[in-house]
Amino acid sequence: MRFFSNWTWEQIKREKIFIFSLLLGTVLVAFVVITLGNMFYQQAEDLPGLIAVAVDPVVLRSIWISISMALAATLVAFIFGVPLAYFLARKNFWGKSIIEGIVDVPLMIPHIVAGIALYGVFMRYGVIGQPLRSLGIVVTDAYAGIVIAMLFMSLPYLVDTAREGFKDVDPRLENVARSLGASHWRTFREISFPLAFPSILSGAILTWGRAISEFSAVLVLAYHPISAPILIYEKFTSFGLRMSRPISVLLISICLVIFIVLRLPRWGKR
Amino acid sequence: MIVVKDVYKDWKEFKLQEINLEVKQGEYFVILGPTGAGKTLLLETIAGFYIPDRGKIWLEGREVTCVPAEKRGIGFIYQDYSLFPHMTVEQNILFGLRVQKAGAAEANRKRVLELMDWLNIAQLAHRYPGTLSGGEQQKVAIGRAIAIEPAILLLDEPLSALDQRTQDYMRDELKRVKDDFGITMMHVTHDQTEAMLLADRIAVMIRGRIVQVGTPQEIFNKPLNEELADFVGIENILSGVIRSNEQGIAEISVDSSTVVYAVSEFRDGAVKAFVRPENIILSTHMDQSSARNVMKGQIERIHEVGPLVRVRLDNGLVALITRQARDELSLQLGGEVFATFKATAVHVVRA
Repeated sequence: MRFFSNWTWEQIKREKIFIFSLLLGTVLVAFVVITLGNMFYQQAEDLPGLIAVAVDPVVLRSIWISISMALAATLVAFIFGVPLAYFLARKNFWGKSIIEGIVDVPLMIPHIVAGIALYGVFMRYGVIGQPLRSLGIVVTDAYAGIVIAMLFMSLPYLVDTAREGFKDVDPRLENVARSLGASHWRTFREISFPLAFPSILSGAILTWGRAISEFSAVLVLAYHPISAPILIYEKFTSFGLRMSRPISVLLISICLVIFIVLRLPRWGKR
Repeated sequence: MIVVKDVYKDWKEFKLQEINLEVKQGEYFVILGPTGAGKTLLLETIAGFYIPDRGKIWLEGREVTCVPAEKRGIGFIYQDYSLFPHMTVEQNILFGLRVQKAGAAEANRKRVLELMDWLNIAQLAHRYPGTLSGGEQQKVAIGRAIAIEPAILLLDEPLSALDQRTQDYMRDELKRVKDDFGITMMHVTHDQTEAMLLADRIAVMIRGRIVQVGTPQEIFNKPLNEELADFVGIENILSGVIRSNEQGIAEISVDSSTVVYAVSEFRDGAVKAFVRPENIILSTHMDQSSARNVMKGQIERIHEVGPLVRVRLDNGLVALITRQARDELSLQLGGEVFATFKATAVHVVRA
């Protein structure tokens, strides 16, 4: 709160641009707070509805599917994305910006389009779906389908954030570690990765959050097993707000708690 | 011992061109050059962070041209010290030992404690680099580099980021590292005073080439050409023709009325004569001195540079004198003075 204390007219004049920024910024913050707050507020008037949902095994299962499949998608994004991010941060080559662009494409295209594209590839006779099927793996309407749809939509967050994190690690730190006898692999483990870790974690949290919220692509590729957003949509179209809102509130509450816990260590710092 | 032979490396925007160097065991070797000369890249190539396109490098008699950095046994210190920000001082210094001698945890710890004592930083053991002053960080960087007992220490502008007083102190620390541990030091800098004070030998590097190697005395008094003379601060560069040479003293005619005597082997031809400004003595009357060269001139400009005063005469000569000398001679703009310098203070090269 130091920003607000001991204000004099002179200081206010000096801080003009920040006050201006704060006023405009408040609009965005209020936008988020009012939208979600309103939903929580309305739900508070129907506590029995919320409780009924909170003990409904179908609802809990759908939320569990969303959270755990999103975690799986994040894990896959991590395993393949961190090496890619390190490579992109350290190496310059022709076509690098093309690769970086390709990684960001999922951010640009409508999710339903991505879903249809994924379906084309992973359906029974798709280029990847068919060979997978001969191995006994079915993607459509399966857990794997949920993970794949989520992964496609959320992978840019992890790769981009991790790449920036690695870029911020001075290559000279790696050089010094090498000169002290550490192999490249060990240097990565002990220097580059730990120093980029806060960024990688941020990216992973974003990826995970984005994966949980994915609806359209999951809808096309794997309507079943039913995940939370799809269940909410189903309830909304069949029974309206009163049936869909409590599930939404429950899902958001659980996500917010996890999100806050994960970010907690960093909120202490300025 | 470091031997660099015909090393060439092209980075597109910059080239190292046919570098040849030989640094002796236990020598303090300084690479001196202006910013952008490629000094850091050369040092990094010797350290093994880059592999040269052509040429070879030997360290301690072993050819290491393609050996990765971690197998070269060198210490490396960067200008900004590059301490690991997520490790304490102690962990930073321990890093190399932990990596190389994982089994000897107790001995490693003891060695780190000894080093911290030796560097007077024991009280900083549990601090993180971000909370240290530049001088303290520098000491940690030294400790970390010498913990692994390297035969060679490479230093990239290690003093440039420090204030004057800390620089003076750290220079002594670097000498202490060399003397106490017998480490061969290769130190890169753009600072001439630093080079002069530290170096056993200096290599001058300009635009990716080593242009002269010699003792500080040779580098600062006997530069090979005009560009080098200019770089090492020789402000008096006279062009002339040798008229005669008697017993090793050349008579150089600079213009119709000016003759300069210089110790030189050259007997004829066009030459350049270099005189360091601090080797020129100013006086208000013709003195009876042993100096062979006396040139009369009017004072055009006087300005103070640190403890010294630079005096420019209308005949183009520049002299560096002490403030005391200026006051005793009560030098004034427009005043007439005699600039005298010895024939031995003139270094002559072919034009």
